[in-house]
Amino acid sequence: MVEWTDEERAAISDIFSKLDYDDIGPKSLSRCLIVYPWTQRYFGGFGNLYNAEAIMNNPLIAKHGTTVLHGLDRALKNMDDIKNTYAELSVLHSEKLHVDPDNFKLLSDCLTIVIAGKMGNAFTPEYQASFQKFLSVVVSALGRQYH
Amino acid sequence: MLTKHEKELIAKIWDKMIPVASDIGAECLLRMMTTFPGTKTYFAHLDIRPGSPHLRSHGKKIVLAIAECSKDISSMMVTLAPLQTLHAYKLRIDPCNFKLLCHCILVTLAAHMGDEFNPVAHAAMDKYLSAFAAVLAEKYR
Repeated sequence: MVEWTDEERAAISDIFSKLDYDDIGPKSLSRCLIVYPWTQRYFGGFGNLYNAEAIMNNPLIAKHGTTVLHGLDRALKNMDDIKNTYAELSVLHSEKLHVDPDNFKLLSDCLTIVIAGKMGNAFTPEYQASFQKFLSVVVSALGRQYH
Repeated sequence: MLTKHEKELIAKIWDKMIPVASDIGAECLLRMMTTFPGTKTYFAHLDIRPGSPHLRSHGKKIVLAIAECSKDISSMMVTLAPLQTLHAYKLRIDPCNFKLLCHCILVTLAAHMGDEFNPVAHAAMDKYLSAFAAVLAEKYR
């Protein structure tokens, strides 16, 4: 089981309390598709991904970004059992979506950078460490059911 | 693979960082050592507390090297030759750590530049830093 200090719980809580899902979700997913273009392979049915501008203005990508970000809510509500919380989603990503689990880290890096851009100096090194620890636990849980 | 536009963008961003190299450099290092505690093992000989002069001077060196290189990216192999030797034979930092510092550089740039660090700038910068790290590790073996 992952151990969380009070400071880490507070940092993660604070970050999520200030999060505008409809803004950060789309920005993180579209950034991932732009910075790591090979991730577009999973979005064949999402319409125009031809260039950065098209991706940033794509409504299907935006909607999906919000959905993915809300997926983190489960971990936030179950910080002491993230592993089991994502068992079903892990199976989904493996068996149905066939997503290479290395991609989870790419998206989580983009999310971290988008939040840093939004929070500026308030995203302190300690906040970054707590947030990245949280994301790495989620990423690990999502990759767990792959075989 | 960097386009002409991306190279100009990268040079422009690092040019702005030169006057604040100590601040930016110290922040990058601090973020890296806080988020990835294993990286602290390379700094046992320095005072790495927030605000320490060691952190600022070391951070400044790193930022200035990256900034200098960004002025002529096509000559990276030549410009970085002395640093390649230093890292391979003296410092021997495991190259997997370069990725961690590069990531923290991106986070620092985002925190300071806000919206200006848009996806296009981010992509260009990530490519540049990855290339920089790869060249730095070239003489390791």
